Amino acid sequence: MNSQLEVHKVTVRYGAFTAVEDVSLTLEKGQIGCLLGPSGCGKTTLLRAIAGFERVAEGSIALHGSVLSTPRQQVAAEQRKVGMVFQDFALFPHLNVRRNIAFGLSHLDRRARRARVEEMLALVSLTDYAQAYPHELSGGQQQRVALARALAPNPEILLLDEPFSSLDSELREQLAGEVRELLKQNGVTAILVTHDQHEAFAMADRVSLLHRGRIAQSDTPYNLYHNPANEFVAEFIGHGSMVSATVDAGGELSQGLGSLDRSHGHWEPGEHLRLLVRPDDVEYEENSRTRLRVVGKAFRGASYFYDLLLPDGQRVPCLTPSHIDVPLGGELPIRFNLQHVVVFAPPRERTAD
Amino acid sequence: MLVIVGSLAGGYSPAWGHLVDTVLADYVVNSLLLMLGVGVGTFVLGVSAAWLTAMCEFPGRRLFSWALLLPMAMPAYIIAYTYTGMLDYAGPVQSLLRESFGWGYGDYWFPRIRSLGGAICMLSLVLYPYVYLLVRVAFSEQSTAVLEASRSLGKTPWQTLFLVALPMARPAIAAGISLALMETLADYGTVAYFGVSAFTTGIFRTWYGLGELQTAAQLAAFLLLFVFALFALGRYSRLRLRFHPASARQESRRIQLRGARAALCTLLALAIVSAGFILPALQLASWAFDDPARALEAPFLDLVGNSFMLAAMAALCCLFLALLLGYGRRLHPGRLETVAVRVSSMGYAVPGTVIAVGVLIPFAWLDNGIDSLAREWLGVSTGLLLSGSLAALVFAYVVRFLSVALQSVESGLGRIRPALDESARSLGHSPTQVLRRVHLPMLRGSLLTALLLVFVDVLKELPTTLILRPFNFSTLAVRAHELASDERLADAALPALAIVLIGLLPVILMTRNLSRGDNNA
Repeated sequence: MNSQLEVHKVTVRYGAFTAVEDVSLTLEKGQIGCLLGPSGCGKTTLLRAIAGFERVAEGSIALHGSVLSTPRQQVAAEQRKVGMVFQDFALFPHLNVRRNIAFGLSHLDRRARRARVEEMLALVSLTDYAQAYPHELSGGQQQRVALARALAPNPEILLLDEPFSSLDSELREQLAGEVRELLKQNGVTAILVTHDQHEAFAMADRVSLLHRGRIAQSDTPYNLYHNPANEFVAEFIGHGSMVSATVDAGGELSQGLGSLDRSHGHWEPGEHLRLLVRPDDVEYEENSRTRLRVVGKAFRGASYFYDLLLPDGQRVPCLTPSHIDVPLGGELPIRFNLQHVVVFAPPRERTAD
Repeated sequence: MLVIVGSLAGGYSPAWGHLVDTVLADYVVNSLLLMLGVGVGTFVLGVSAAWLTAMCEFPGRRLFSWALLLPMAMPAYIIAYTYTGMLDYAGPVQSLLRESFGWGYGDYWFPRIRSLGGAICMLSLVLYPYVYLLVRVAFSEQSTAVLEASRSLGKTPWQTLFLVALPMARPAIAAGISLALMETLADYGTVAYFGVSAFTTGIFRTWYGLGELQTAAQLAAFLLLFVFALFALGRYSRLRLRFHPASARQESRRIQLRGARAALCTLLALAIVSAGFILPALQLASWAFDDPARALEAPFLDLVGNSFMLAAMAALCCLFLALLLGYGRRLHPGRLETVAVRVSSMGYAVPGTVIAVGVLIPFAWLDNGIDSLAREWLGVSTGLLLSGSLAALVFAYVVRFLSVALQSVESGLGRIRPALDESARSLGHSPTQVLRRVHLPMLRGSLLTALLLVFVDVLKELPTTLILRPFNFSTLAVRAHELASDERLADAALPALAIVLIGLLPVILMTRNLSRGDNNA
C-alpha cells in the first residue's frame, strides 16, 4: 500500500438515501485528484467522508497506510491528518489572519508556531496582512488564508470543497492554476471537489466524474474529453450532442453523416449507433452539398456557435469563424469530419454499465 | 427624559447631600452587585441552554427549545413572591426539612431567600431567556463549515465550543446580557420585596419617604447613566454582529448525545425550566385554587377590567404613534425622522421608575400652572388635573413601550419592498391610500404583534403604575405587589397567576417565530 489515499468500495447513506455507492479511488503522494460532477452527485459527501464528517456504511478509507473509516470504526475528524478548504472558506471571523493560520498549530511550542505561521504567510504572499481580520480581505485573499490555514499543520492530504465557487469567474481559472502550482511545488496530495470542468482540468492530474453516487469515469482530463467511457461522461464534459444513427452495408451513416473511421471497430452494417458529435466535428465548407437548417445561433466573438437540424429532427452543434453569418432559419453548408468521433452502442445493447 | 437629565443641573437640595452621605454608596454597590450577579447568572443559564438546544441532540430537545422561553412570562417580582412563599421559614420546603429531620428553629442553615443573592437568583431565572434567545440564534446561524474547519484542524468538539463557537457568539451574548441587565436595573418589585437597597427602591424611598421629587429625579438621572452605558454596549455589539456573516449553512449536524450524558442534558434543561417557570407557576396555581370562587368576585374582576383597559389604551396609542413614526420615516427618510425614531426607541431602556418621575415633574408643573391661571382668572382651583390622572399613566406607558411597537412595525415595513410603494403610487394612489390599501393589509401580522407585546408589557409593568396611578385605582400588578408586601402571598397568587397567563401570549408568539426559523434553516 504505497498510495497516499485509498478509498475502497465506499458507500455513504443518509437514512434510506444512498449518496455515494461503491466508490473506489486511489491517489499517489503528490497527486492532485478531482471529484467532478453535477450538484447532488455525491462528490461533496465523499469528500466529507474522507474528512471524517460522514460515516461510511460500507467500504473503507485509508490515508498513508492507516485505516480511518470503516463501517465499524471511525477516526474522529480532529484526529485525522486531513486539511480542508471550505467552499465559503470558513475563516474564523473573530481571529485575525495570523491567529487563523495558527489555529491548528497548538501542538507546537511558541517559537515553532511563529516560524510556521511566517512560513505559511510567505507561501501565500500575505505577510503584509497578518493582522487583518477576514472581513477586511478580498475573496482571493480569504481563499489564500484558508489554504494557508489548512496547510499549516502539514496534513497528509488537502481537501478542497468547491474552493473557487465564491470567486469571480475570471479569477477562478487563474487561481486554480496558481493553487496547483503551489501544491505541486510543496508536494501536497490533494483532492478538489467541483462542478466546473475547466477548474477540474486546470488543477487536477486525475479527474473522477461522479454520477448519482457512482464513479462514471476516473481518468486524466485528456481522456475524459477524448475517450469518454459512456454517454453521461460524453455529455457532461465539453460541448456536444448525442446523435442516433444507423450504418448501412457500405459503411455510410444515415442522416448524411458521412462515413465512419473503421478503426472504431465495434459496428456492423445495420447496427444502431450513438455518436458523440463535438462542435469541431462539424466543419463549415462553402461548397458542400450537405446543408443543414440553422435553429440556434450564438455569437462568441471569434466564432459563431450554431445549432443545426438534421433531417430526422436531431440536432448537432457547429463552430464556425464569426464572419460566417447565416440567419436563423437559413442553411449552413457543412461537412462531417467524424474521424475521431466517439461511438457508443445504444444502451439497450450494452450488457452492463 | 430631558426632565430627568435637566434635574442634574438643577439645584441640589440638602436631601441630596444627605443621600450622598448615607445611602448612595449602598445603592451603587448593591446595583452593581446585582448587575454582576445577574450578568453571570444569565450568561451561564442562557448560554448553556442555547448550546444544548442548538448544538446537541438529546431526548426532549425540541420541546425544551421553546419551553426554555417560558420564564419570560414570569415577571421577576412574581417569581420572587412565589419562591419566598415556598422557601421561607414557614414555607413547605423548610417545614418538610424540619419534619423529616426533626430539626427546630436555628438548628440548621438554610439560604435566606430575601437577600441580594436571592434577588440575583430570581432575576437570573426569569431574565436568562434574553441571552438564550439571542445566543441560540447566533449558534444556529454559525456556519457549520467554520465549526468543521476547527475539527479538521485538530480540535475536539468541546475545544471548538470554547475556541470558536463562543467567541463568535460574543456579540449576541453581550447583546443578550445587556438586555437582561437593563431589565435588572429597571426592576423594582423584586428588590423592593427583598429589601435590597438598589437604585429603583432608592428613588421610591426618596420620594415617598423624604418627599423630595427633585432628589428622586437626580437619583434617576444617576441610574440613567448606567442604563445608557448598557444601551451603548448593546448597540455596539449589534454593530459588530455584521462582521459575522451568516453563511450558507448545511443542514445542522447536532452532536448526538447518548446514555448518561443525554439524560444529564434533559435533566439540566428540565431543571432550568422548572426553576424558572413550572415550579412557581404550580405554586401560584395551588394558592389561587385554594379558593377559586374569588376569581369571580367583584374586586378581582375590577382589577382585571382596570388592567385591560389601561393596557388596551396604551397599546392602541403606541401602535398609532409607531405607525406614524415608522411610516413617516419610510416616506421621508431624513435625518430628523431617524433621530425621532431613535430617541423614542430608547424609552424601553429607561426604567419605569425613571419614566414615572420624569413624567410627573412636567405634568405637575403644568397642573400648577393651570391651577394658578384658573384661580387668577376664574377664581376656582382646578387642583391636579393631569398628574393624578389616567392620562399621565398612559402617557408614561407610551413613552416606555413605544419602542416595542415601533420595532415590530418597522420590521414589518422593512419587509415590504419599496418597489411595492412605487408601483402603487404609479397606479395613482396617494401615500395615505398606499398605507391603507397596500401596507396595512400586509402589516396586519406585525401590527397585531405590536399590539399584543405592548398590551402584555403594560399589564406586567409595576413601578410606573405604582407611582402614577390615580388614587384608589389598582391593577393586577399593583394589587399582587401590595398583597405580597403585606405577606398575604396566597391572596396575591390570583392576580399574579393572571399576569403570568397573559404573559404567556407573547412567549407563544415568539416560539412560533422561532420554530418557523428552525424550519427555514
